[in-house]
Amino acid sequence: MGFEKFGQVSFTAQSKIGGTFVDYLEKGELRATKCKECGEIFFPPRADCSKCLSEDMEWILIEGTGSLISYTNVHYGPTGFETDVPYILALADFDGIRVFGRFNKGIQEEQIKIGMPVKAETIKIDGQFSYEFSLA
Amino acid sequence: MSKDVAVIGVGQSAFVRGYEGSIRELAFEAYREAMKDAGITNKDVEASIVCSAPEYDKQRSPSGLMAEYLGLNPQMTFNVESVCSSSTSGLELAYSMIKSGWKDLIVVLGFQKMSEITSADSQERMGRGADIMWESPFGTMMPAYYAMHARAHFAQYGSSEEDLALIRVKATSYGKINEKAVYRKELTKEQCLESAPVASPLKVFDCCANADGSSCMILASADKAKEISSKPVYILGMGSGTAALTMSGRSTLYGLDCAKVAAKEAYEMAGLKPQDIDVAEVHDCFTIAELMAYENLGFAEPGKGVELIRNKETYIGGKIPVNVDGGLLSKGHPIGATGGSQIRTIVLQLRGEAGDMQVPGAEIGLVHNIGGVGIYGNVIIFGR
Repeated sequence: MGFEKFGQVSFTAQSKIGGTFVDYLEKGELRATKCKECGEIFFPPRADCSKCLSEDMEWILIEGTGSLISYTNVHYGPTGFETDVPYILALADFDGIRVFGRFNKGIQEEQIKIGMPVKAETIKIDGQFSYEFSLA
Repeated sequence: MSKDVAVIGVGQSAFVRGYEGSIRELAFEAYREAMKDAGITNKDVEASIVCSAPEYDKQRSPSGLMAEYLGLNPQMTFNVESVCSSSTSGLELAYSMIKSGWKDLIVVLGFQKMSEITSADSQERMGRGADIMWESPFGTMMPAYYAMHARAHFAQYGSSEEDLALIRVKATSYGKINEKAVYRKELTKEQCLESAPVASPLKVFDCCANADGSSCMILASADKAKEISSKPVYILGMGSGTAALTMSGRSTLYGLDCAKVAAKEAYEMAGLKPQDIDVAEVHDCFTIAELMAYENLGFAEPGKGVELIRNKETYIGGKIPVNVDGGLLSKGHPIGATGGSQIRTIVLQLRGEAGDMQVPGAEIGLVHNIGGVGIYGNVIIFGR
């Protein structure tokens, strides 16, 4: 439980690790999971290690600047996002951890270039918790 | 090279917007054509495999309905789903069932009535095509994901929006002469570049046409095919691969790993190389998808795909004609029917029956069918 508080539109509430992820967001931290057995790091975070089958995970902080892998400015949104457009979706690499998300709405498409440094910041929108990218 | 299983009949409904009939009637159109093409009756059929993306169907478990309506009881039937690649997944299963010696003749039916549900319901399902926990909450859609692949390809290789427009121009030049295509108009490069943005850099004309439609393939063992068919087309090789659903799990965004895995396996099984292919059908749900397919299938080196379209090498008369039936872009993309329609085009090409779209002397053909944004990839190679 607790995962219904993630993102602008949440599609599912129940997840073993989702509630903890949101608790960290609430504290201003974006975290990934790391397998305590084999050391594999996962983002999106997960409860189970697909490499060594362990379920013993710890939470590690995603911090510093990432490198922008790609982005798009969305003009047509799915149900729940119709009036939210345009918004910029992006994928960024934080030292090997790849994070999918959105850019801060104040940033224009013209300011963005693949390979540029970005940072990820936690946000609160209408009682929901998430994170977004901004220029580093 | 495998020559154990043959396609002995193919059929396809017209791909249309807002089909005015039920899904069973839509399916029957392709079935009737394929059965007549094969020259068989329902008594000859030993199993049916029904391929569709069930989230668009009101009917639960449509294979049961279809088996009855097509007159295929009491033979076995089941559903196969891998979204947009459902019917090539169905074909790969049928191949295995025949090659194992269990069955000798199987009907693979693909269909999708995209207009079965309301546009709002359809939009809601599209949002759930991504990882619903970690990506859908940001407002993702299929065009947005392919747009991110396009941006990454531009940055990696120097391709451009103009190159993508050239791919759509080619599609419309063949869609115009395909009487089963939903989009029959011809477009200029300028019209493509000036169309409204959907998810930058993709615009309206970079996206495939939505359509209702059905496709049908009849597969038989080589022995059975020799006995009853005068024009069998054999499956020489096939491959199938997957990649992470989430973008975080992808190695790169400027190509589709699932397609590379599937292509390698198919070429190895067939004992053939990309240069041996005479005609190809690739999964151009978006213009960028065709450009990546050129490279992932080995028709061009990575980054050199743009030269194929700039030099018109993928037109009839070029080095490797691709999607000369209009592709998904102009023919339309009824999810569960698409792979079967691609196979129909290749089978007609190899039989020399493709009319105005015929690639002269085509002997080896390839189908590349992708499910979701590169989640599932199927590649199948055919020959006479």
